[in-house]
Amino acid sequence: MTANTLENPPLLRLRGVSKSFGPVRALVGVDLDVPAGAVTALAGDNGAGKSTLIKCIAGIHPVDAGEILWDGSPVSLRGPADSAALGIQTVYQDLALCDNLDIVQNMFLGRERLRRGQLDDVAMEQAATRTLADLAVTTVTSVRQSVASLSGGQRQSVAIAKAVLWESRLVVMDEPTAALGVAQTAMVLELVRTLANRGHAVLLVTHNVPNLLDVADRVAVMRQGRVVDARERARIDQRILVDLMTTGSTDREVA
Amino acid sequence: MAVSADPVTGRTRPAPGARDYLRLAWQRVRGGESGVLPVVGGLLLVSVIFQSLNDAFLTPGNLVNLLVQAAVFALLSMAEVFVLLLGEIDLSVGFVAGIAAVVVAWLARPQLGWPWWAAILAALAATALIGLLHGTLITRIGLPSFVVTLAGLLFWQGVMLFVLGSGGAILISDEVLARITSGTLAPLVGWVVMLAVVAAFGVVVWRRDARRRDVGLTAPPVSLTVTKIAACLAGGAGLMLLANTDRGRLAPVLGLPWVVLVVLAVLVAWAYLLGRRRFGLYVYAVGGNAEAARRAGIPLARIRTVCFVLCSLTAGIAGVVYASRLRSISTSIDGGTLVLYAVAGAVIGGTSLFGGRGKMLHGVLGGLVIAAIDNGMGLLGFNAAAKYVVTAVVLIVAVTIDALTRRRRPQT
Repeated sequence: MTANTLENPPLLRLRGVSKSFGPVRALVGVDLDVPAGAVTALAGDNGAGKSTLIKCIAGIHPVDAGEILWDGSPVSLRGPADSAALGIQTVYQDLALCDNLDIVQNMFLGRERLRRGQLDDVAMEQAATRTLADLAVTTVTSVRQSVASLSGGQRQSVAIAKAVLWESRLVVMDEPTAALGVAQTAMVLELVRTLANRGHAVLLVTHNVPNLLDVADRVAVMRQGRVVDARERARIDQRILVDLMTTGSTDREVA
Repeated sequence: MAVSADPVTGRTRPAPGARDYLRLAWQRVRGGESGVLPVVGGLLLVSVIFQSLNDAFLTPGNLVNLLVQAAVFALLSMAEVFVLLLGEIDLSVGFVAGIAAVVVAWLARPQLGWPWWAAILAALAATALIGLLHGTLITRIGLPSFVVTLAGLLFWQGVMLFVLGSGGAILISDEVLARITSGTLAPLVGWVVMLAVVAAFGVVVWRRDARRRDVGLTAPPVSLTVTKIAACLAGGAGLMLLANTDRGRLAPVLGLPWVVLVVLAVLVAWAYLLGRRRFGLYVYAVGGNAEAARRAGIPLARIRTVCFVLCSLTAGIAGVVYASRLRSISTSIDGGTLVLYAVAGAVIGGTSLFGGRGKMLHGVLGGLVIAAIDNGMGLLGFNAAAKYVVTAVVLIVAVTIDALTRRRRPQT
C-alpha cells in the first residue's frame, strides 16, 4: 500500500522552508513531502523544530523563505483560515475542546449546520454519529454526553473525528498519545491508521519511538531546524532512528 | 488511565431511544449537571418553612404579589447570566437599571410628553449603548470586567444623582407605564393567553421530540413528551387560578399582572437565543474554553461585547419595571444591593460563576427564591438585617451544592 501511494505526487510538499524568530533560526531550508493515504511521522529531539514546522503548516507562523506546494501548486499560508480552507486540520496536544459542550457541539464548533436560522441539532448529531461509527470509535456511549465526562483517549478520538468530519485532506497531529495509557494509546494509533487508510494524509509528531514505528509509513527526522533524513518505514528501525535524531546521520542499515 | 472504568472493552453502542435518553439524563444529574432540581427544591423548602410560620404566605394575594416583587430580581439575574456564562461579571446592572428608570420617567413626564413606548425604547437604547461601552472597554482594551463594571457602578450612580439632584425624584404619571406592574389581564384574557402560550410550547416540544424519534436519535419517550406538555398546562392553569382569585381587601382585585408576561417574554426570547441559535452556542463555547473557541474561528471579542450589551439591555428592562412598580424613580434606589441580588439569584438558580454553565431559567428561579425570602421574612416582621443574613445563607448553600456536584464531575 505504501509503495502505491508514494508513486503519486505528494499532497503537501515543502521546499527550502525557513523560519527565524529574531536571531534564532528555528527552521533552516526544510524539505518535506507528505503524501495522501499515508502516515508521515515527524521525529526529532526537543527543540529540533517540529512544533515550529507544524505551526507553519497550520498557518500560525508565516514562513520567511521557501515554497509550500499543495497538490503541486504553490500556496501561501498567512493565517489559520488559509490552512483550514485548503483542508489542513491540526489536532493540538491540548486538544482544543470545550469541556462544557457535548461531543456533537465540539465536532461542529465553528461550522454549525443551520436549519431556518436555527441550529440543526438532528442533522449534526446524525453526521457526528456516522463519522464516529465509520472510524470505529465505539467506546462513547452517547454523542450527547459532555466532553468533560470522556477519558483522554476518547477526547483524542473526538478531536480526530472532528478533522474527518470537516473533510480535511491533511490531518496534522501533535503528540496525540502523550498523555494516554496503554489501551487508549492503542486505540488512538488504530484511529491514525484508519485515517490514512481512508485516504487522508497524516502528519504525526511524536516523541514516542515505538509508537512511531508502529504506525508510520514514512519517517522524517528533524535535527537543529533541518530535516536530516526522510525514508520509508521499511528502511528504518529504532537504532537508525536514534542515530538520526541524535547525530543527524547514520551508517547502519536495517538488519 | 481515567479513574472511572474506561469502556475500551469494545462495548457496542446501545440502540438509541427512550431508555438511552433516561440513562443519559440520570448520568447528567449524577455528573453534577442537575439543572434546576436544586433550586426548585429550595423554592419548595422555603415555601413550606414560611407557610408553617405564617399561613398568609401561600395565599393567592401574597403569591401574586410575590411574582411582581420577583420581576426585577428575575430580570436582573437573567441579565447577569449572559456575562456569568462567559466567566465574567457585571457589577453595574443595578445602576444601569436606574439609568433606564430615569430615562423612561424623564421622557414620559407631562412636560416632554413622550408616548410610553417611545420612552421605553429610548431607555433600552440608552442601556444597550452603556453595555456597548462596557463591552468595548473590556474586550478591545482588555480591561477586567470586574473593574470596568465596578467603575460603571460608580459612574452611572453619579450620573443618576446628577440628573435627579440630591434627594430628587421623578414621578411617573403615564398610565401605561404604571400599569406594567399594577395592571392585570382580565380573567378571560388571561386564560386565553395562557392557553396560547402552552399550545405554542406544546407544538414546539412535540415537533422537536417527534423529529428526533423519527430519525432514531436519543429521544424522550412519547409519554415523557406528553408529561412535559401536561405539566406546563397544569402549571399555567394553576397560575391562572391563583391570579384570577379575588385578592382585594376593599375592592375586588384579580387577574394576572402584566409584568409576569414581560418576564416570561424576556425568558423565552433569551432562552431561545442561548439554546437554539448559533450565537448562544458560541457564548457557551467562549465561556467553556476561550482558546478552543478562538481556534474554531469564533470572533471572541464580538461575542463578549454582545453579551455585555444584552446584559445591560436586560438590566434596562428591569429598570423600567422598577420605575413602574414605584411609580417613580428616586435617589433611594439601592443599585449596589440590587446587583448583589442579581448575581446571587443567577448563582442560586444554578448558573456557575466560572463560566460555561447556566441557563436563563436559572435567573428567573433564583430571582423567585430571593423574592420569596424577602417577602416571607417581611410577613414575619423581620427587618432588612435579618433578610440579608438569610439571603446570604441561601447563597452559600447554593454555591456549596454547585461545588459539591462539581467535585463529582470527572476531571481531565
